Amino acid sequence: MYQELKTHLVRALTKGVRYDGRKLLEYRPITVEYGVSASAEGSARVRIGGTEVLAGVKLDVGEPYPDTPDQGNLMVNAELLPLSNPKFETGPPGEQANELARVVDRGIRESKCIDVKKLVIKSREKVWSVSIDICTINDEGGLQDAAALAVLAALKDARLPKLTEDGQVDYDAEKTKEKLPLTKDPVEVTVIKVGDQFFVDALTDEENVIEARLTAGITDKGLICAMQKGGSLPLTVEEIDKMLEIAQKLAPTLRKAL
Amino acid sequence: MTEELIAKDKEIVVPGEILATGMGFLPGKGAYRENDKVLAQRLGMVSIEGNIIKLIPLSGRYIPKLNDRIVGQVVDVLLTGWRVEINSPYSAVLTMKDATSEFIQRGADLTQYYALSDYVVCKIVNVTSQKLIDVSMKGPGLMKLRGGRIIEVNSQKVPRIIGKDGSMVSMIKKATGCNITVGQNGLIWLSGEPQGEVIAVKAIKKIEQEAHLSGLTERMQAWLEKETGVKVSLAEAPQETADEAQPMHPHHFGGSQ
Amino acid sequence: MTYAKRFDGRGFEELRPMSAKVGIIPRADGSAMFQAGKTIAYCAVFGPRDLHPKFMQNPETGILRVNYNMMPFSGHGERVRPGGGRRSKEISMVLQNALLPVLNLKDYPNSVVDIFIELPQTDAGTRCAAINAASMALADAGLEMKDLVCAVAAGRVEDKIVIDLNYYEDSHEDGTDLPVAMLPNSGKITLLQMDGEITREQIKEAITKAKEACKKIYEVQKNALKARFAKV
Repeated sequence: MYQELKTHLVRALTKGVRYDGRKLLEYRPITVEYGVSASAEGSARVRIGGTEVLAGVKLDVGEPYPDTPDQGNLMVNAELLPLSNPKFETGPPGEQANELARVVDRGIRESKCIDVKKLVIKSREKVWSVSIDICTINDEGGLQDAAALAVLAALKDARLPKLTEDGQVDYDAEKTKEKLPLTKDPVEVTVIKVGDQFFVDALTDEENVIEARLTAGITDKGLICAMQKGGSLPLTVEEIDKMLEIAQKLAPTLRKAL
Repeated sequence: MTEELIAKDKEIVVPGEILATGMGFLPGKGAYRENDKVLAQRLGMVSIEGNIIKLIPLSGRYIPKLNDRIVGQVVDVLLTGWRVEINSPYSAVLTMKDATSEFIQRGADLTQYYALSDYVVCKIVNVTSQKLIDVSMKGPGLMKLRGGRIIEVNSQKVPRIIGKDGSMVSMIKKATGCNITVGQNGLIWLSGEPQGEVIAVKAIKKIEQEAHLSGLTERMQAWLEKETGVKVSLAEAPQETADEAQPMHPHHFGGSQ
Repeated sequence: MTYAKRFDGRGFEELRPMSAKVGIIPRADGSAMFQAGKTIAYCAVFGPRDLHPKFMQNPETGILRVNYNMMPFSGHGERVRPGGGRRSKEISMVLQNALLPVLNLKDYPNSVVDIFIELPQTDAGTRCAAINAASMALADAGLEMKDLVCAVAAGRVEDKIVIDLNYYEDSHEDGTDLPVAMLPNSGKITLLQMDGEITREQIKEAITKAKEACKKIYEVQKNALKARFAKV
């Protein structure tokens, strides 16, 4: 039956129709809201269709990592909250949450989206630490792309907090107007292959029958800054190239929503 | 002690809301009595019949009922049968003897009949007090489903989706050209041309959203005509085919059907 | 010392502005959001559903399981490491006891009703906002409930009894936090906690004032539930 479900989907895709009537390379409506959590130094909510993801940025001062003494710290964490999907369980992040976080992290870090050199307060001693947390609220498919967009939006929303006299963060005071040193706008597009069809922004139903997927981080200049292949079926070089082309073509759609 | 009916028919009420005072009114399903008051015991729509006040559920998971025709998925192959998930807190068991009108040899490979992840239309033939559930595949219209796609709706809305004597689902079938099987448990199988399926799914979701509002049938008729260009008349009596779902426990939400 | 005026200028018995919405998480069986001032609680209910591990199953009734969690960026100061902690566990348990009395799960042996609460933003009164959201979400999930449950954090700040404390009042050095949850129709109390120092008379006053406040909260919850099914 699994095979039959897949065949049925491919039949629809071959006719250019998704299960919700969209075209193959069409995203559901995307909305971005900024500043949804006053407790965070930066936050955003992204909705792609019915899927909803929150991202929050917390800023703190701390010591730099020993191998990068002149850079600020960056960490991305993701929680697939059980409230967003009956299949998600409580407990530490599993495989899926881990992958989601790491792929988003790669897109932000490797694109040098944040100029981490500008996050140094005192060389080798004190730097800004950026902690980003992704929390899923409703999962109707396409979490990866929504999460990456939410993180970028939250980073744009972030403002540096005031420091006390002895250099600690004063969370009680009002934030400064200073933004994070952002240099790029990387977004992530996940392209999915089922049968011989490629599409983006999968619904939950469609996610259940994917054969292979490729998530690509794309900068505003169209460069690829991160990649992750998933799914059990292998891809040919031509297929990968085609999927990257699709990702480059659709990145502006996500960026436009910011 | 005043006798007063406070709630109005078709009003939406929340748990604990006072529906009536006095001993003259009786609490039906979804309501309860506390001293001289009749109160709501769930979120629901008031339905008053004589002096009995009951609440029609607007939400809630499917609770298996005897004789319900449902759509289930095989999730385990057991020694002498299969375990079937039926979109409820309880899964069901399909035993060899209820599986098919053929004779199945002991020790036969059961996956030849129903394999993991197969979807089936089956009937609930037993529900124990401990909620152990038996289903059967023997009967008209009961079969393994091939291809197509499955969507899930709230089981409380199924009677509206089926309509009186199957009129609503027939309208959707005719307008979209899809085969549709509606399970009482909220799982719906459909198969047709891709565009037709998309419209059928939209139609079903629309009914799900507006099930509690009156004038639904006319609205759906107009909507389907606009979306598909196919004129569907309500007066067309549906053919009694094997795969038509007859609601065993029709809920009338009030308003025109 | 006398607490002449509240930090945010409210009346002593005045609640913070509230808002509520039901059905915010379509994938859940029931869901709701409740906001009081800057404290926001999201709640999703799944169930009745299959319960694992099997040893937790109760053949006589379904059980209720509450999981309360603050998002890492929701705290007042630093980032809160995910994974709950003892405070979250205690609150989860207290919430369970506050909500169970209105539910009837006897028709669902061996199953579980899971309640998940997440807070994206907090300013004290979190367990109360959680209860208010959860009670709407349970109703939205179509469960049998005798009543809704309403909760508010009452308390004492210096010499005054106040209702709906915010973070500054809650962390005031001469203050008491007294969260109360009650059933609006019977007035019965299902959650009562307190930390700080307070007299018996003050407790009675706090509870009485909390009951009045809960009536207003009930209206907000009722309207949110009914709005879910308003004419499209």
